[in-house]
Amino acid sequence: MTRAIITVVGKDTVGIIAKVCTYLADNQINILDISQTIVQEFFNMMMIVDLTKSVKAFNQLSDELARLGEDTGVQVKCQLEDIFDKMHRI
Amino acid sequence: MINLQEVIETNKMIEQENLDVRTITMGINLLDCADKDLSVTCEKIYTKITTLARELVETGEEISKEFGIPIVNKRISITPVSLVGSACCRTPGDYVQIAMTLDKAAKEVGVNFLGGYSAIVSKGMTKSDELLIRSIPMAMARTERICSSINVGSTKTGINMDAVRLMGDIIKQTAEETKDKDSLGCAKLVVLCNAPDDNPFMAGAFHGVSEADAIINVGVSGPGVVKYALEQIPDADFELLCETIKRTAFKITRVGQLVAQEASRRLGVPFGIIDLSLAPTPAVGDSVADILKCIGVEHPGAPGTTAALALLNDQVKKGGVMASSYVGGLSGAFIPVSEDQGMIDAVEAGALTIEKLEAMTCVCSVGLDMIAIPGDTPATTIAGIIADESAIGMVNQKTTAVRIIPVVGKTVGDTVEFGGLLGYAPIMPVNTFSSQRFVDRGGRIPAPIHSFKN
Repeated sequence: MTRAIITVVGKDTVGIIAKVCTYLADNQINILDISQTIVQEFFNMMMIVDLTKSVKAFNQLSDELARLGEDTGVQVKCQLEDIFDKMHRI
Repeated sequence: MINLQEVIETNKMIEQENLDVRTITMGINLLDCADKDLSVTCEKIYTKITTLARELVETGEEISKEFGIPIVNKRISITPVSLVGSACCRTPGDYVQIAMTLDKAAKEVGVNFLGGYSAIVSKGMTKSDELLIRSIPMAMARTERICSSINVGSTKTGINMDAVRLMGDIIKQTAEETKDKDSLGCAKLVVLCNAPDDNPFMAGAFHGVSEADAIINVGVSGPGVVKYALEQIPDADFELLCETIKRTAFKITRVGQLVAQEASRRLGVPFGIIDLSLAPTPAVGDSVADILKCIGVEHPGAPGTTAALALLNDQVKKGGVMASSYVGGLSGAFIPVSEDQGMIDAVEAGALTIEKLEAMTCVCSVGLDMIAIPGDTPATTIAGIIADESAIGMVNQKTTAVRIIPVVGKTVGDTVEFGGLLGYAPIMPVNTFSSQRFVDRGGRIPAPIHSFKN
């Protein structure tokens, strides 16, 4: 299973999660976990997703998610889970 | 499962604290390219480099995108050229031909630096070594991306003072040959003692003869991350201070380890080592000097600086060693002047002198690095500085280096601009008393005794 972490950071606006989730569903990407918090008035959301059945390559997903974020005025990043695992787990 | 706080912490390190992987350096053995015909040697070198490193830059960018971590440089280190060219080079000009071939290959594969225009002369110089050394000024003037390093001493062999004396002249000539670019050639030329075979950082990178045919070495960085962590504990005692540096170094190194393993797997080239160095850049906040200030000295150079740097260097190694399966290269804190805004500020404030920097090199991972000095500094004085640094390395069984730039036409009070990662620097005063009689003696300084260490 290839897992990635999608983060959304920015000013809280209506429909951010809906947009990202719709995009993921359209591309056969399964959401395994969602959490969110507000840090210094900024909306921070994280999704752990499974890319195994994704219909698009990683690069394309990452670019399209970033663009979707720009359209809504938030920053959307998609990174493979390993970087967080390596840094925070022994 | 990873939680949100951990994700936020990692991304904050990357986005706000300048965490990056400083370099993926592919080491390439060129011994099999040696031929008695110069043009055949050049052709073989070009083909081998452009074949093995064809996908290096692209792969680096791919990894960077997938993990969301900047990989700033993609580079190549090669077998010391004095070994590869010894069968075919009869004049310094022949070596310049090889340098230009290497430059062409570096541009073809898109790496920003290629290191290994080097000779290891810690005990003696072969004819070939000397030809290569004498070709350096011209080679630096005619190429853009080639870095040169000369190893003039080691703990096991002592110091080759003939080579030290010669390098004084070569540094001056290189400054002269590149004077239209503020003597930039000297920024790509380093003189080392105890040079490691697997260093991924420029200008001292070369692919030692103890290495495999090709290897991936990775240099991690992140002074900004350490600085931020220390800012959170301004009044902590040394125990907590050291513990915090160690934890941070661990996290930084884990990212390097991941990138190294991925690069190795994707390129089909074995993983060599991670170099744990804290390497500053001119970017604000990405500074080793700022860490020293966080530890508690007003400016680097103030009394206490050497102790602060010693503990920083040691904790970086302690944290990093556990995070990686193979650690090598230089591994510690770099203290270049022009590449570190905090160091530049300290020089301008009058806090930091070459003599204090020399003391600091006893406890950091390299040496006198990226220091601009007056253009009229005599070659014998530069040789004296190299001899001092080499002695520190030889006696303390560590790597030391001198990368010093006598900027033609400039003197104390002037500033020199190298641009990009190399930054800018105020010209620093050099002790004007003569070293000539000392460096002109000729011969070698014997290796130090390895027992009776009190």
